[in-house]
Amino acid sequence: MYEGVVQDLIDELGMLPGIGPKSAQRIAFHILAADPADVRRLAKTLIEVKEKVQFCRICFNVAQAELCRICSDPRRDTTVICVVEESKDVVAVERTREFRGRYHVLGGAINPIGGVGPDDLHIRELIARLADGSVTELILATDPNTEGEVTASYLARQIAPMGLTVSRLASGLPMGGDLEWADEVTLGRAFEGRRTVSP
Amino acid sequence: MPVYRDEGVVLRTMPLGEADRIVTLFTRRNGRVRAVAKGIRRTSSRFGARLEPAMYVDLQLHQGRSSLDTVTQAVLLAPYGAVLAGDYGRHTAAAVMLETSERLTSEEREPALRLFLLLVGGLRTLASGEHPSGLVLDAFLLRALAVSGYGMALDDCVHCGEPGPHPSVSVAAGGIVCPRCRPRGAASASLAAVGLLADLLHGDWAGAEATDARTRRESAGLVAAYLQWHLERGLRALPHLERA
Repeated sequence: MYEGVVQDLIDELGMLPGIGPKSAQRIAFHILAADPADVRRLAKTLIEVKEKVQFCRICFNVAQAELCRICSDPRRDTTVICVVEESKDVVAVERTREFRGRYHVLGGAINPIGGVGPDDLHIRELIARLADGSVTELILATDPNTEGEVTASYLARQIAPMGLTVSRLASGLPMGGDLEWADEVTLGRAFEGRRTVSP
Repeated sequence: MPVYRDEGVVLRTMPLGEADRIVTLFTRRNGRVRAVAKGIRRTSSRFGARLEPAMYVDLQLHQGRSSLDTVTQAVLLAPYGAVLAGDYGRHTAAAVMLETSERLTSEEREPALRLFLLLVGGLRTLASGEHPSGLVLDAFLLRALAVSGYGMALDDCVHCGEPGPHPSVSVAAGGIVCPRCRPRGAASASLAAVGLLADLLHGDWAGAEATDARTRRESAGLVAAYLQWHLERGLRALPHLERA
């Protein structure tokens, strides 16, 4: 146990995800040894991020204003919506530079054992967004795991009566791997989604 | 036993660090085991989809000094989780089965072979779609409670042994009660619902499937009340259950 504020700092850092007591102690002593200007900048950023960052009113992505950068950009295609679980997935898709439409961040995935059902996600808001008929295609880009698949199948069922084109991101073999190490489910998906090779 | 092999069903997973997961497994010979699957969240992981919930896998595990083992190899025996993920209703039924199995195996590394076989059989039946998912779930729950020592008495009165069926169920007493023994708080039940519970417990699918939706709803309510009474804490998956 350290005295006063040093122990407080270790305790606070230890509450962050993935930071154990030893890591918290190491980071605390790094902060103690760091330049005061650097520490002040870190503290200011931490306060600013809580005060300024909010969730976009339309898509629930992180934003610094009422609308996020993507929803307020008139050049983005408003007829296509890509549905993702978290804001970090928006960044992942944006890095591909393949998608020019807009997003909808669900805020997680359906996980009954974890106590997360459809009503705990921004699904109602998504259905409301689709109601005006301007959106023609929905891309379901939830994670390729059980929770993501369940969420995608639930959304597909809910949206089916609206007559939109609903697609799911392709899943299959990762580039740079050997076929023999692929698991049966992934390899099965790769076969389902195989495509014709043009000469 | 630094390295051992077993087969098991993945009950649940939770993220650990940057790319790992803690996987809770229900194994045939070692009961409930928690193990780390390193690097599983990377798209290039050799585990792929094998360690997702409700997957039935052949495993090699390493027992370290901590309470957590490490998964070193996994081979898929049956992809129940992948099949059920495509159907929301059946997935929620599977989630209740997995959570119940976890709660009924309160001690880690305590083998529970009958419950394990029941879970594998239940997932197989659910994935095959040969019976309605609600009936499969209720049959599993009644039998899982029975093999864990909480069997519901459905043939005779639990107090005096008067041969049934009787139109009252006392969750606290553990089954049907005759009109003379009926305690306060016992639920009234139709004879059809009591008959359905007995069919599900004894595996009479023809009799169970001949029932109407109202009887099934009534018996499902009794099963849920009985389950929650014995598990003491409510199941998190149960409010999300979607019955067809």
